[in-house]
Amino acid sequence: MQFIFNKVNHNCPMSFVEYSELIQEGDVVIIFLGHDSMMPIKVESGAQTQTRYGAIRHSTDLIGRRFGSKVTCSKGGWVYVLHPTPELWTVNLPHRTQILYTTDIANITLMLDLKPGSVVCESGTGSGSLSHAILRTIAPNGHLHTVEFHAQRAEKAAQEFSDHKVGHLVTVRNQDVCKDGFGVVGIADAVFLDIPSPWEAIIHAKKAFKPRGGRLCSFSPCIEQVQRTCESLLDHGFKEICTLEVLQRVHDVRSVTLSLPDFGPEEGETDSTKITSDPAPEDVPPAANPSYSSVTCKTATPPREMAGHTGYLTFATKPRD
Amino acid sequence: MADAVVDSDVECRISEGDYVVLKRGDVYKSVQVERKKKIIFEKQWMFLDAAIGQLYGSTFDVDPGGHLGLQRPKSTGDDSAEAKEAGQDNRHIVDDGKSQKLTRDDIESLKEQGMKGQEIIQQLINNSTTFRDKTEFAQEKYIKKKKKKYESNITVLKPTSRILAMMYHGREPGKVCHLRYDTLAQMLTLGNIHAGSKIIVFETCAGLVLGSVMERMGGHGSVIQMYPGGGPVRAGMESFGFPSHFHETLHEFPLCKVNALLSGTLNTDEKETDPANNGQSEEQPAAPSSGSSESQSMEVSVDPAEAKKMEEREKLREQKAQEKRIRTEEKRKRLAAAVALLEGRNADGLVIASRFHPCPVLLGLLRFVAPSRPFVVFCQYREPLIECYTKLREQGGAINLKLTDSWLRHYQVLPNRTHPVLLMSGGGGYLLSGITVSTDVATSGAPRKTGEPAAKRIKLDEISSLSNSSA
Repeated sequence: MQFIFNKVNHNCPMSFVEYSELIQEGDVVIIFLGHDSMMPIKVESGAQTQTRYGAIRHSTDLIGRRFGSKVTCSKGGWVYVLHPTPELWTVNLPHRTQILYTTDIANITLMLDLKPGSVVCESGTGSGSLSHAILRTIAPNGHLHTVEFHAQRAEKAAQEFSDHKVGHLVTVRNQDVCKDGFGVVGIADAVFLDIPSPWEAIIHAKKAFKPRGGRLCSFSPCIEQVQRTCESLLDHGFKEICTLEVLQRVHDVRSVTLSLPDFGPEEGETDSTKITSDPAPEDVPPAANPSYSSVTCKTATPPREMAGHTGYLTFATKPRD
Repeated sequence: MADAVVDSDVECRISEGDYVVLKRGDVYKSVQVERKKKIIFEKQWMFLDAAIGQLYGSTFDVDPGGHLGLQRPKSTGDDSAEAKEAGQDNRHIVDDGKSQKLTRDDIESLKEQGMKGQEIIQQLINNSTTFRDKTEFAQEKYIKKKKKKYESNITVLKPTSRILAMMYHGREPGKVCHLRYDTLAQMLTLGNIHAGSKIIVFETCAGLVLGSVMERMGGHGSVIQMYPGGGPVRAGMESFGFPSHFHETLHEFPLCKVNALLSGTLNTDEKETDPANNGQSEEQPAAPSSGSSESQSMEVSVDPAEAKKMEEREKLREQKAQEKRIRTEEKRKRLAAAVALLEGRNADGLVIASRFHPCPVLLGLLRFVAPSRPFVVFCQYREPLIECYTKLREQGGAINLKLTDSWLRHYQVLPNRTHPVLLMSGGGGYLLSGITVSTDVATSGAPRKTGEPAAKRIKLDEISSLSNSSA
């Protein structure tokens, strides 16, 4: 079964693969509400969207406005309205599955040599987080063949691609990649696998590649999966097999204040505050603390908790036939 | 969307003048293919003549004396199909330094006889007294180590961002400000680099970042390279070997003219005097010769051959001047084109990766970027980016600011021997990314009367937009 929503709308300005200046009816926009708080909305004239700052009226507040402008909501608060990108979509999309995040996506894109014109096979489609990033990179003349064995998910993804004006760049197939393959043979520059048993799909991946070969990536959370995948890759003649893991740290920029210890009065020196103010005359001490018994500095601290593991990325080269 | 099936083999074959990447093990080197050019790679010298006409991805043996590239049948076949005799552990293996019966001189003479690397390895195994007692794993490791040393084959690859970024990071990290390939990957993704956009790039990474941005744009859209000093550095970009139409999308603009452009005082004609001055200084060495030709013309008029020579010289000079004028004009045109692209202040993205302090660069160049566009700044160090973050927060015009770095860990995956690779890179630099937003206070349609209650504003808005749409 294939889902094709190919109402190709080449002239429609907003899309995930092309920037536009002004917001139009039918666009998907990202409402930026503040620190790490965003929501995607589909612009429809006459519609309203409620936010914690009040309602946004699409006809007056969005349509015709420039992307990136500040929009005042009914309660007087304001939000920014942003042009969609695959990266913003990744943090805003409706989850139907566990998804891939930007750090992994970035490395997958580079290590698979993706660029405009690449033909890519992907399975499973899942929630379409990676798919959007692939489509952005391979447009305007590449193509994505994505396989999802869950019918409802496949249909939903196809609908989303169409809404996001990238439907002409992608074919969604509802089948089992381990049994039925990608539905295409001899056309791929790159293959990506994010399925529970990637080793069962390697043989199909091999067939999907162009005769000149290409690059493959498999994403797996567990090392046992990696082990089996690597064995299978080796058996099928793949070269340059390489497994890696990338973790991203987000640093929180802030001012920290460190109190200075009091050693008591120094020999021959009576004014102890004088010493402590000396080492950092540049640092503005907090106004509330006129005693100069502390020093403030700008720093960046790692988060208390961070993603410690997403998955192992195994890359390989399919050599020429 | 159909038959990409038929591979055009033309672009799959190595031809003279191509930029290629040589690979041996994990070591890469970028070179341009030229006939009879000596290339040194991994302590070996070679000529690439024999690679011309072969397919990309082919592996070649480098023969020791003849230094000619020789093609070798594809799949190597399993060379470790030797006597499967192995020990259980190393309790009886003693390091007495005498286990290898071959001396250094023996090995040298084997090499001189022109013996193949694989055969030398077999000799080493046969002459190792402890090899049979080693565990299967240890044997494998031994062979692998010797292979690395004695087998001299190279693979010729088509350059990509991935390969070149790995090459620079491995060979010359200083040239790319220690930008690691996973960090470069983040930059291209966070910057939403894609076909059809207009991207401003400022880098001092030998042109690697520029080339990677161009690869992602596939020759669609435009790239404006801002450069410090006398001219843009592009060696890394050249190594990509882009087709010529990619170069048409590339523009350059000198950083030292940014203030003039922002204040509107930049005159593209004024530019003309600048290169012209350069031209004059270049012309100076030619001046005495022109003087001598003049003196000749006075005394001569006797020898027709001499006159002819002079005429030719004159012609040549004129031709040179003409060329110079064309070049100057070309340069002016290119500058004007870059100005035209920047003036709209509607770039779709900004990518910075340089050895300069990122703060002034970012604040200056961000003014050329349209609202709702991503930007990304790389710095080898964290502190300058903290400053950027703070300044941007004060100044406004950017949201979703993130200061990040990434860790990259490689794994050895082998049956019963899977573990992280022992050595990992200590750091690949830091990134500050964000999204531009409009700094105008009242972006919403008609100018509002200040101090009016919020609820009423909405109504006013509605009215104004209604009247707008009817107009």
